[in-house]
Amino acid sequence: MMRAVVIVALIGPVIAGLIGVALPAIGYFPAIGRVDWGLEAFRDVIAWQGFGPAARLSVFTGLAATALSIIVSFFLLAALTGNGQKRLRLYLGPMLALPHAAVGFAIVFLIDPTGIVSRLIAQLVGWSRPPDVAIIGDPWGLSLILGLVVKEIPFLLFMALAALPPLAAFQRIKACKALGYGQMAAWIYAVAIPLYRAIRMPVFLVLAYSMTVVDMAIILGPTTPPTLSVQIVKWMASPDLNVRMVAAAGAIVQLLLVLAVFAIWLLIETVAKQLILRSAKMGYRIPRLGAASLRVGRFVRYFPVLFVCFLGILLLWSFAGFWSFPNLMPDGLTTRVWDQEAGGLTSALSNAAVIGICVAGVSTLCAIAVLESGKRVAPYLLFVPLIVPQVAFLLGLQVFMIHIGVRSGMAAVMFVHFVFVMPYVLLTLQGAYDGYDRRYDRVAAALGRSYWVILWRVRLPILIAPIISAFAVGFAVSVAQYLPTLLIGGGRVATITTDAVALASGGDRRVIASYALLQAIAAVGPLLIAAVLPYALWRNRKGLRHA
Amino acid sequence: MRDGMLELRDIRVSKGDDTLMTVDLNVPAGTIATIMGPSGVGKSTLLSLIGGTLDPVFSAKGDIILDGVNLGSVPPEKRQIGILFQDELLFPHMTVSQNLAFGLRQGGTAAQRCDQVRHALAQIGLSDFERADPATLSGGQKARVSLMRTLLSDPRALLLDEPFSRLDSDLRDRMRQLVFGHAKERNIPVLMVTHDKQDADAAGGPVINVGSDRQNLAE
Repeated sequence: MMRAVVIVALIGPVIAGLIGVALPAIGYFPAIGRVDWGLEAFRDVIAWQGFGPAARLSVFTGLAATALSIIVSFFLLAALTGNGQKRLRLYLGPMLALPHAAVGFAIVFLIDPTGIVSRLIAQLVGWSRPPDVAIIGDPWGLSLILGLVVKEIPFLLFMALAALPPLAAFQRIKACKALGYGQMAAWIYAVAIPLYRAIRMPVFLVLAYSMTVVDMAIILGPTTPPTLSVQIVKWMASPDLNVRMVAAAGAIVQLLLVLAVFAIWLLIETVAKQLILRSAKMGYRIPRLGAASLRVGRFVRYFPVLFVCFLGILLLWSFAGFWSFPNLMPDGLTTRVWDQEAGGLTSALSNAAVIGICVAGVSTLCAIAVLESGKRVAPYLLFVPLIVPQVAFLLGLQVFMIHIGVRSGMAAVMFVHFVFVMPYVLLTLQGAYDGYDRRYDRVAAALGRSYWVILWRVRLPILIAPIISAFAVGFAVSVAQYLPTLLIGGGRVATITTDAVALASGGDRRVIASYALLQAIAAVGPLLIAAVLPYALWRNRKGLRHA
Repeated sequence: MRDGMLELRDIRVSKGDDTLMTVDLNVPAGTIATIMGPSGVGKSTLLSLIGGTLDPVFSAKGDIILDGVNLGSVPPEKRQIGILFQDELLFPHMTVSQNLAFGLRQGGTAAQRCDQVRHALAQIGLSDFERADPATLSGGQKARVSLMRTLLSDPRALLLDEPFSRLDSDLRDRMRQLVFGHAKERNIPVLMVTHDKQDADAAGGPVINVGSDRQNLAE
């Protein structure tokens, strides 16, 4: 029962959204009195002079970001020892929780012509002025790809670490080594293919996401023309309601583009697999890869450095006074921005917190209810709202909501956040429930305790650490939502994330930094608390602390 | 007839169309019956059937009668059948005495319950461990707490699921004597499943051998 409700709540909006976007795209939009069926809107999309480059950009960034993320993640995993895995697991949480927007801004502050990297080079070679090149927003989308890769590698690593244990990777590698294969070769031949199969769904998620991301593309992507998804959102925001139909057609085109790239990816998968299998058949030991891979694996220990760099650069800029070019530190520090923006920051942050707490709370309760019923939701169902591009169905969902008379606002935003938060919360808790030793329940029942007593006094206390972390993960996902908040909130619900992204074009760097920093802290903070809380709660309980 | 006996009448445990095991057995009060057989033949499944917590992937036929009452429609928490596993399964979030108090039957004032728990701790030689974290106890100490927790719930029958297989050999002997001694003293029927011949010898009750391999069972 509960499971059916959750599945409908996850899949329903996607279907309603897709219908709501398909109808206006083919000329049916009664809300503004248009019922002239036809493909005119598609013609408008293709006639847009930026269409060619935007479509190419979507395909290229998607494929490049996904391929790079997989290759780097697999290199890291191949070089990991058991201890390395443990350390990696520890580092991944905060990196995963960092919102795309905050990472995007941090990358701007690091690599743009007046960024830290450029200042370091200037110090070394004696530039007095920043180089006159467009690094951020380059027409190839390279900086966007960089931003995506930085965010998607932790995601893939996280999924891979969860999928690794049943593969018995260490034993397989040992067996291959006995046959004269090096670490890397053993990993590729014995682990890579089954591991890839296990994380295939997340890979397609990364692919679709990289092609259609909006917030990061606004921050890091090219502007003339922007990416297709950004242009669709621009059409959406047009005061001329007729342009909404162009936006809807654009969303359909974007969706078809994603499906086409999925097909290309299937081909790439097959080729890669055949290459590996053939190379294995020939018995290639690929000795040179071994040393290289181990060197890459050592980078794992620099993950926290990257994390600190991101937060550090945002912190520094938010307190910076005048900061003249090749200097590595601001000329002076000031709290001016924080004083001036205090009001805006507080209200944006409290909106995000209210939405996040409600959504994560309801999601956690629903997840517990589903799992208590002894049912499991198939992962592919959970991935549906995550794989279908947001830009493709949110637009239609908004149309649909107007049609059935739902007013945009906080409640609507919370509902749509639930669609994106629930899958992550359920995935997190499902693992914990599967790992729970059911014999505790049998012992408690044998001691004469009823279901509710067992739930309240045995099961929930033992599972409290994963429950808290599922809540924190849900909160982080909610805080980071840009497009759902913007579209379903009808522009009237301002959170720390929508405000931060709105500043991207032409906002004061110091103001941007303050918003991005708070966004990052809002997402990561609860997760860190969730990691520490069980230690405090179960200070005297050794059996629970590793949970 | 109220004689404290545990009767398993024509029990047949199946998974789909496969019959895992059939049992027909009477365990009189104060007797320790043993079911012997290799792992994976469904011995533990039989115990979860008796305890009322059979996994829905299995199905079972036959009657389970304890002290003259058919348990068929009695929920697990009302059966008063204690169970001990090879792991002690002390609740990790409770102290040692909270674990015992959780087992103690309802009723009595807080002070009385506290006394009962203290008395129980003294009985198993763990008076100093009242507020200890169960995870810090030794294997033998955990086993004793686990036994005492079950006894405090005043069971009318006791199920043992390979209860001694994780213990060192000298400890194993002492735990056997302790568990069997308590069961006989309370005059309740005990059903033990094990693959260890010595467990069965020490129990001194009837022994039933179930399938030496899966083929036999399917017949």
